[in-house]
Amino acid sequence: MSQAKSTAAAQPRKRFPGKTGGRGRRSGPWAVVVLCLLIAMFSLLPLGYVGVMTADAGWDTIEKLVFRPRVGELLFNTVALVVVTVPICVVLGIGGAWLVERTRLRAHKVWAVLLAAPLAIPAFVNSYAWVSAIPSLGGLFGGVLISVLSYFPLVYIPVAAVLSRMDPALEQSGSALGLGPWRVFFRVVLPQLRLAAAGGALLVSLHLLAEYGAFAMIAFDTFTTAIYDQFRSTFNGAAANMLASVLVLLCLLLLLGESKARGNARYARVGAGAQANPSRLALGGFQAPAQLGLAALSVLALGVPLFHVGRWLVAGGAEIWTRDALATSLLQTLGYGLAGALVTTILAFPLAFLVIRHPGPVSKLLEGANYISSSMPGIVVALALVTITIHYVPGVYQTAVVLVAAYALLFMPRALVNLRAGLAQAPRELDEAAQALGKPPLVAFFKVTLRLTAPAAAGGAALVFLGIVNELTATLLLAPNGTRTLATEFWTLSSEIDYTGAAPYALLMILLSAPMTYLLFAQSKKVAGQ
Amino acid sequence: MASISIFTLAACSGGTAPTASDGAAGSATDAITVYNAQHDTLTQAWADAFTKETGIKVTLRQGDDSELSNQIVQEGAKSPADVFLTENSPAMTQVENAGLFADTSAKIQEQVPAEYRPSTNKWTGIAARSTVFAYDKTKLTEAQLPKSIMDLADPAWKGRWAASPSGADFQAIVSAMLELKGEAATLSWLESMKENSKAYKGNSTAMKAVNAGEVEGAVIYHYYWFGDQAKTGENSKNVALEYFKSQDPGAFVSISGGGVLASSKHQDNAQKFLEFITGKAGQTVLQTGTSFEYPVASDVAPNAKLTPLSELQAPKIDPAKLNSAKVTELMTQAGLL
Repeated sequence: MSQAKSTAAAQPRKRFPGKTGGRGRRSGPWAVVVLCLLIAMFSLLPLGYVGVMTADAGWDTIEKLVFRPRVGELLFNTVALVVVTVPICVVLGIGGAWLVERTRLRAHKVWAVLLAAPLAIPAFVNSYAWVSAIPSLGGLFGGVLISVLSYFPLVYIPVAAVLSRMDPALEQSGSALGLGPWRVFFRVVLPQLRLAAAGGALLVSLHLLAEYGAFAMIAFDTFTTAIYDQFRSTFNGAAANMLASVLVLLCLLLLLGESKARGNARYARVGAGAQANPSRLALGGFQAPAQLGLAALSVLALGVPLFHVGRWLVAGGAEIWTRDALATSLLQTLGYGLAGALVTTILAFPLAFLVIRHPGPVSKLLEGANYISSSMPGIVVALALVTITIHYVPGVYQTAVVLVAAYALLFMPRALVNLRAGLAQAPRELDEAAQALGKPPLVAFFKVTLRLTAPAAAGGAALVFLGIVNELTATLLLAPNGTRTLATEFWTLSSEIDYTGAAPYALLMILLSAPMTYLLFAQSKKVAGQ
Repeated sequence: MASISIFTLAACSGGTAPTASDGAAGSATDAITVYNAQHDTLTQAWADAFTKETGIKVTLRQGDDSELSNQIVQEGAKSPADVFLTENSPAMTQVENAGLFADTSAKIQEQVPAEYRPSTNKWTGIAARSTVFAYDKTKLTEAQLPKSIMDLADPAWKGRWAASPSGADFQAIVSAMLELKGEAATLSWLESMKENSKAYKGNSTAMKAVNAGEVEGAVIYHYYWFGDQAKTGENSKNVALEYFKSQDPGAFVSISGGGVLASSKHQDNAQKFLEFITGKAGQTVLQTGTSFEYPVASDVAPNAKLTPLSELQAPKIDPAKLNSAKVTELMTQAGLL
């Protein structure tokens, strides 16, 4: 680690002297900056909308609507949810990844997949299953339970990937210098996981701020559920926009926190390391407790939802499969998922590139712009787009273009976090070496960096796809007339407590998400060099 | 340059994504678009039967009462909607007040009795539902039930009852209370509700909470109970219904509305759709289907399991007077929203 750091420090951010002259290289970053600026401006549309609406309301209204006990309750619930859930996800994610990748855990290959698998179960399907199991589930406890079980893989997957790739030489050096296994873990291994864990924790936090369906089903109020309630009653009312403004502030705090946790260390490594033998620690007497713990986690996160979906499917019999909407919604979900994932990943690329290759306040700012939109509930983003398109671009109102744009706004960070990690591990020296050998910068970029980043891009796209499969409110508000997705159909039926009718949709969402989760899992290993 | 190509790409992939649905949207130019806040399954049944009879395709856009009414107001004359259907009437009044509805056809006015449509004839009632107190029959005897919905403000009810304050259903009930009891009494009732009650999302969920023993009773509409009983009964087996009657605000019968948008380019077909819904065939869907809402037109009797509307002693309220904006404001003030 310290060695890596010193390399980073010794690596000045300067242009390589090359044969191709300055023009291409100079304009390269500038073009990227302009592109990123455009993307960031697009990302800030919802924030601008909330800001204008807030300003329109005037201070008196703001004071009346923000400084009231209800907002205090929501603030407490939302903050408590994040403060309790995120550390648990980090501990489970890192702990699980370490057991699977770095110990002689029996059946570790099976556990490796099982720990990633809960990502294929949408949070509101999880909620639906848990409410079937425990009808009284609710409150902060319920919210944390559902969130942890749904979202810990967001930490586990990237951390496991880093662990499986990490150069054992660092740990061996640590041991050689007299550190015990625990100290090696805390002083050598853990710091290497910072980027992955902080990225995962940020994704978990943003999910918590924006989640609606899972919490609505168990009667736990957060800012997002309250904003949704306000919008349902008054559409773009002042109160809803005030709540959204407070939510934006919370998001900014999170970003600041993540940026601090991430640090500025360098993580790329040049040259082949001794990858063949990642050292695995003997578990000894801890083997049984570890197996039991992982089994318990898997039963809670996978067993409960699968069992209850199965139970409703059996209770519904053949009849529940006869709805016409089933095939339509499956195809539409697939179509939007693929289109949205593609567009979002392409839009995220320049940003990730700028952040990793040209770090600085500007790139940080441009990157941050995208997190703000994704921390806002789908309904806020959707309403901003409804209002803007009706008044300024009526031609695209209620077309697929707007919906895909909303998906890009909501899910850009998922692509970004993955691409960022991928680019961080694609050593710029290789790119520069290619340039030094006479390749024009763009060619060098496509041949070297893009190829090295492709797995990360696929992982990011898979995460975006998962998000779109689960998305509810933006889809309802923006989709072309007659659109039905698995999520909207599931929600309609389950909120009528037609649990049997909703079950096939739950199953299809899981089946559609499973290959994406596997892709994400497999690619995360590849991007980490295995 | 790069940004242009990205936008082209977005347009392309966005445009190709939903081709699978084109069949559903219908290629015929006479197809109508319905903004539907009614239960999806009910309107789908209406739409399917209507298409079968007339060949006119119907595309549904699903949402909640206020969500869709506000959206229509925002869209104004550019609204792609031909018909708007709701579960309650306040959202209809909002669109009516914005001047966006066309008059209902003579046939509709003929089919629907005057008490189930506004005197302006800018929209029509299509169904009705009654407010009830759904209670846990293993915990409460009839003698222990509240006599009036206003009694639930009593501190004795603290922590014992539930509702779904964020939904249009409940807000319609509050609008009736506002009309009958005035602003001060309603606000004070809402403030005690904030203290006394538990909030759930959706009437079904509130009823499920009663069934699970989390609360002793919930203010909901009647048909959630009948619907669950007709299915597995799993969420209502411990639950019984109490009708407040005696013209109490808690005996409020809410009218579901339907209207044709003045901006609709398919006026005739849109009117035909509402004529179908309020006609014999459409109302019979309410009688024989699984929605358990009350038919209000064409002399169709309700499902035999339901207490007839005439016996509910509902308070008489002009649906055009129900004010959703004021209700939301009061509920926000009370901290319920």
